[in-house]
Amino acid sequence: MTAEIALILGVDGIATGAIYVLVALGIVLIFSVTRVVFVPFGDLAAFTALTLAALQSGQLPGTVWLVAVVAGLTLLAEAARLVRSGRARKIPSFAAVYFVLPMIPVLLCIALAQTDMPMAIEVILAVLLVLPLGPLLNRLAFRPIADAPVLVLLIVAVALHFALAGLGLIFFGPEGFRTEPLSDAIYEIGGTVVSAQAMLVVLASVVFMGLLYLFFEFTHTGKALRATAVNRVGARLMGIRPTVTGDVAFLLASLLAGVAGVLIGPITSIYYDSGFLFGLKAFVGAIIGGLVSYPITALGALFVGLLESYASFWNSAFKEVVIFSFLIPVLLWRSISAASHEEEEEEE
Amino acid sequence: MTALLEVNDLHVGYGKVEAVRGVSMSIQPGQIVTVIGPNGAGKTTMLSALMGLLPSRGTIRYEGQDLQRLDVEERVQRKLCLVPEKRELFGEMSVADNLLLGAYSRRYKSSDFQERLAAVYEQFPRLAERRRQQANTLSGGERQMLALGRALMSQPRLLLLDEPSLGLAPLIVREIFQIIASLRKAGVSILLVEQNARAALETADYGYVLETGEIAHHGPAQELLQDPRLMTAYLGGAA
Ligand SMILES: Nc1ncnc2c1ncn2[C@@H]1O[C@H](COP(=O)(O)OP(=O)(O)OP(=O)(O)O)[C@@H](O)[C@H]1O
Ligand SMILES: [Mg+2]
Repeated sequence: MTAEIALILGVDGIATGAIYVLVALGIVLIFSVTRVVFVPFGDLAAFTALTLAALQSGQLPGTVWLVAVVAGLTLLAEAARLVRSGRARKIPSFAAVYFVLPMIPVLLCIALAQTDMPMAIEVILAVLLVLPLGPLLNRLAFRPIADAPVLVLLIVAVALHFALAGLGLIFFGPEGFRTEPLSDAIYEIGGTVVSAQAMLVVLASVVFMGLLYLFFEFTHTGKALRATAVNRVGARLMGIRPTVTGDVAFLLASLLAGVAGVLIGPITSIYYDSGFLFGLKAFVGAIIGGLVSYPITALGALFVGLLESYASFWNSAFKEVVIFSFLIPVLLWRSISAASHEEEEEEE
Repeated sequence: MTALLEVNDLHVGYGKVEAVRGVSMSIQPGQIVTVIGPNGAGKTTMLSALMGLLPSRGTIRYEGQDLQRLDVEERVQRKLCLVPEKRELFGEMSVADNLLLGAYSRRYKSSDFQERLAAVYEQFPRLAERRRQQANTLSGGERQMLALGRALMSQPRLLLLDEPSLGLAPLIVREIFQIIASLRKAGVSILLVEQNARAALETADYGYVLETGEIAHHGPAQELLQDPRLMTAYLGGAA
């Protein structure tokens, strides 16, 4: 491998890695606040890409039906729960937030899909459509079992992934789609060519990481989310509702997934079930960060992108194997450092 | 005068085992009421149930309202506040953030919030010095102060304190009890659970003695202090 190729692969790896960073941060965000390992997270990103592809080809994306179905189911389930607990009076306000609000982009999309829209509008519409899926799935699947052990939550998350992939097949069909690049420009920097698309990807993840940092560091809601992650009982005693902070975490994570979907769409063909592998790779990054540390997660996900890029150069068929085998040393290191961590805590 | 808190025939259990069995008590506005009793008597269990952290049977009326229908967060909203035995601080967050989150159930109207924060820092100058420090790096005593300070940030009407003097040096224990007494002047009612029975009874207006989940004695704190039976059992012999 010449230095030039190494450089090209490096740029490529950083661009893919930057997208994994967004997804991995979302996974960590959801896990730390709700203890859910949200397996279908990559699906949300894939659905955004598919939605954008449909909008770009002037078709009505299947996402509108997907969101309508999920929002409808959530409303039914929650209404039943509220009636049973004698709080039927809360149904209208719940419906306003969890049904009417998600239906606004749906209706907007039905009205606009066949018209010719500027790319920016299409992107925003695609992200807005997918945005409510996170909080809705949280309410539908995880809220009723919020106090269950992590393993049960994980099992439900896996089941949810298969349900979503099934719905994805129904609403998007089996074909793969690629979205138009956000920009075709190409620059030469330091002896290697860098596409504007790649730079946009890196820029977007840096911006969203920055926003996330500002949110957690400087807003009351952000601090409430951190408090929930650090100590749920303590948070409840301060009047912070874990269900609400959980919804906010899912909403923010959906946004990250949506942005990741928009960014990955032009890079590779996306199928209804592409999200799983996509999420799994980001998950490797999240594991490196121990599902708690945002900066280490970001570095880990970036590393996964680079690893994938170089591995695919050497042996493209084995690139997934390389990435997932990498989990073994990481898990070993994690379990060793976790063991010493526990000893420290016991001393308290 | 209607009681601020009126508990009637409260039962709390863990599975089949009942840890609190038919406890009744009341707290008048502006009162400090203490609950003393041996380890495992059910004091912490009772406070958890009052706060809604544990399900319970029996009636709990607070400001004339039935609390059993409200969850923890709704009780917090009504200015009921628990400083739990385990403190439940936000360990990986700074002292300042812990205090900020203490006020989460109130509006962050800036002047009002700043005033309360200044008052807490004035009461606990140690916290002011360490406002950037992470809560889990505080000393045991500083943690107790932070737990109390965080609770005060929520402007409680009824404060439930679970052993606020736990693990503190005698000098600081005195300080904590002074603060508790001063809170009453500020209009806060307090339900004080303590091992330090003498200091608790000296600060309180009324006392209950809890034994194996039942109220064994109760009466005005001054009377309990004079009671020879309690003297030997809880107060370490004749004074
Ligand atoms: N989670 C639990 N599961 C089962 N039993 C419990 C649980 N928590 C407490 N208990 C039992 O309930 C009883 C009352 O416990 P509690 O913590 O309320 O006592 P306490 O009066 O606060 O004691 P201490 O003064 O030591 O704090 C004890 O016998 C204890 O073993
Ligand atoms: Mg106790």
